[in-house]
Amino acid sequence: MRLSSNKTKKILECDLTPMIDMTFQLIAFFMVLINFTRIEHDEKIQLPQSELAKPPLERIEHSLTLQLTHDGIVILSGKEVPLENISPHLTIEANLLKQFGSVPQEATVIIRAHKEAPTGTVQELIAATQEKKFQNFILRAKEKVY
Amino acid sequence: MRFNNPEIDKEHEKIDLQMTPMIDIVFQLLIFFIMTFNINEQEGDFHIKMPAPSDNPVNLLDDLFPPTQVRLTANEEGELSGLFFDGKPLTSMDELHHEVLQFVNSSNSPDNEPPKIELDCDYSLKYSYTVEAMTQISGYRSEKDRSIVNLVEKLQFAPPRKK
Repeated sequence: MRLSSNKTKKILECDLTPMIDMTFQLIAFFMVLINFTRIEHDEKIQLPQSELAKPPLERIEHSLTLQLTHDGIVILSGKEVPLENISPHLTIEANLLKQFGSVPQEATVIIRAHKEAPTGTVQELIAATQEKKFQNFILRAKEKVY
Repeated sequence: MRFNNPEIDKEHEKIDLQMTPMIDIVFQLLIFFIMTFNINEQEGDFHIKMPAPSDNPVNLLDDLFPPTQVRLTANEEGELSGLFFDGKPLTSMDELHHEVLQFVNSSNSPDNEPPKIELDCDYSLKYSYTVEAMTQISGYRSEKDRSIVNLVEKLQFAPPRKK
């Protein structure tokens, strides 16, 4: 005997509008927050904290970012170079600056050093860049949040 | 009189939008943005102007008013073991901050040279201690509105010490 199964044949329609609304909200949120500036932020570097460190107010023109790990390796434009052999690489960077119509004296060196790096290595890195006539330095630190 | 026009009836038909492909794409996008999302803490700067020593071999002002020295010593592990302000031993970073405050207040007159401090650190001292000392020397956050109050803006490093 067959029972009438008319009821089950009804199309089940769920309202998708709230879900799509939420999903678009989420997409917009992540889109706004995304940043692709991770090239200059190496995972190996853990910056020291400081309550006075404040984000730069204006964009720094002609900057050179040098990252120093705790075991004395300098990361510059994606290359890992031991601190002792940094000099020729800095010469290349200085020449590149001249090609872009600037001089090392006007450029800013951003130093991102690991919090456990010996201070002596940071000073040696600064001395090596000073030899190439750089004189403006920025030491980067992480903002301490209370 | 109204005719039963089949054309008009067609217009009243429900238009069914195909939602599935849109939802597919939307979820793809959502997953992409979630995967590439990373929380970066804010980073800040300390500005230091340090020309190479050879650029100004004779700096008469430096000879007349040598910068006040802050000395930081380290033990074998690179931890801070001693702290001196102008030769006077201190016990904590807070004390250093106190000394700097007094130093700035005593030299605060228009005809004086702006206060200048030189940091002299041991080679092996962990960089975080250096940054901490620089923080204490260069300023503080006011209690009222957390704005930055500058103390010593002229900060320099002594020549690096040997290992």
